Amino acid sequence: MDRFISAVDTWMRGVALGVQEYFALGQRAARFTTTRPFYWRDVLVQMDRIGVGSIPIILLTGLFTGMVLALQSSVELGKFGAEIYIGSLVGASMVRELGPVLTALMVTGRAGSGIAAELGSMRVTEQIDALESMGTDPVRKLVTPRFIAGIVMVPTLTILADVVGIIGGLVVAVFKIGIPADIYLRGVWGTLAESGFILVFFPRDFVSGLAKPLVFGAIITLTGAYYGLHVRGGTEGVGRATTQAVVTASVLILATDYFLTQLLLVVVPPVL
Amino acid sequence: MSPVRDHRRDHRREPSRAAGAGAGAPSAGRAVVIELEDVWLSFDEPVLCGVNLRVYEGETRVVLGESGSGKSTLLKLILRLLTPDRGSIRVFGRDIVDLSFDEALEMRRHMGMVFQYAALFDSLTVFDNVAYPLRENTGLDEAEIARIVRERLEFVDLDPDEVMSKLPGELSGGMRKRVGIARAIAADPEIVLYDEPTAGLDPLAVDAIIRLTRKLQAELGVTSIVVTHDIRAGFRVASHVSLLHKGRIRFEGTPEEMATSDDPYIRAFLG
Repeated sequence: MDRFISAVDTWMRGVALGVQEYFALGQRAARFTTTRPFYWRDVLVQMDRIGVGSIPIILLTGLFTGMVLALQSSVELGKFGAEIYIGSLVGASMVRELGPVLTALMVTGRAGSGIAAELGSMRVTEQIDALESMGTDPVRKLVTPRFIAGIVMVPTLTILADVVGIIGGLVVAVFKIGIPADIYLRGVWGTLAESGFILVFFPRDFVSGLAKPLVFGAIITLTGAYYGLHVRGGTEGVGRATTQAVVTASVLILATDYFLTQLLLVVVPPVL
Repeated sequence: MSPVRDHRRDHRREPSRAAGAGAGAPSAGRAVVIELEDVWLSFDEPVLCGVNLRVYEGETRVVLGESGSGKSTLLKLILRLLTPDRGSIRVFGRDIVDLSFDEALEMRRHMGMVFQYAALFDSLTVFDNVAYPLRENTGLDEAEIARIVRERLEFVDLDPDEVMSKLPGELSGGMRKRVGIARAIAADPEIVLYDEPTAGLDPLAVDAIIRLTRKLQAELGVTSIVVTHDIRAGFRVASHVSLLHKGRIRFEGTPEEMATSDDPYIRAFLG
């Protein structure tokens, strides 16, 4: 029994230390966005890798998600002769939840794993020690550019996924279900306008839908960097870190999504 | 050697002079550059158990020891990549154990490190690898940086025009190691640390690296610490040898003194 308690104690200490180090890494990465030296070239490179490189996969994900949403909702709404509300359903689902969450999960699979693998390889080949030995802070040089790229590019990709998803729904609605395009688009706009506007012009749903990917971008890059920088055990360790980074970031995104939704409902309440 | 040192902020303190050293001793009238005093460090098991080491200005100190004896750990402590559990480490007379992270980064700019497998940045060309410490730590313009990079590559017997645009993956092990040395000395450091510089190299490449290490001391006068388990290579570059055994310095002296030692462990170690 004592051994069991001791093992649990050791495990919990390890988890607590890991959480502490994770937040310390996030705090340092964020702090370095406002202090010199800046590695702007690295930021642009990472924006290209994390953002531009993810565009094809995000377009495909958004398109097919919007299409399948329209198709599925047409079955249920058809029972009540309410197919004209397909636009409302697709618009609300994409902008509020599926756009941000699916984009974040896809970027996690593609870029989050890449960050963990790249930094992990640099760790096991002593490249990170080399950076430190030349007076460079690895967090400033390697993590902060990825962090900035993540919080800029994930919201941008989310906008793309939202737009393409709505277009995908439109294609199915018009060509498969036979709903006029203007009815579908009026449904989309109606449901976004329904929950009110922020600063007169921006639909509340749209703004809250962009607040989430901002946080998701930070989670993806920090989780990948955390596991990459803490790799132990050679190439096998790199593989393990990559898997852990993807699993942890995915779970964190889904859990954070719930709490962020709750928070946003309080901070920017919908107009009833 | 170059204008690099003039462009680098210098926070060194005046190194202490060796007191009472005899004329023939390695310390004779020379400043102590690196000093470890009663250094202890444990991970899961004790690694260093009260290490004392003094390295003098312009000296090439070779630290010998079996694999896993803590030689590389010693270098990481001097670079302040690790901190000891107990004891003091002074570089240029300044205790580095309690330095803040930023102060440690600043201190490292006066050192160059040659890693066991070179640790070149694999996404950067040879030119960018060697230029990296110059771009990071000096205010030199690109033309001056290009001139210094060429000079350093020529110093390590590489043809700049041939290798500058190559990626590290396109080089042989010996060439990678030479580029690692060129990068380590690019910013004109006062101290160069070598971690197993001859590991994994063929005999000709080992010869070339030894020649370079000696050339570095003779022409640039840098203070060096070489950790290795390669006794022959170590003896060829050393002005002074320290043998690490069971976490302590078991022997300190010239290569000749070590070769004629009666200590049974040393006899067995030398084979």
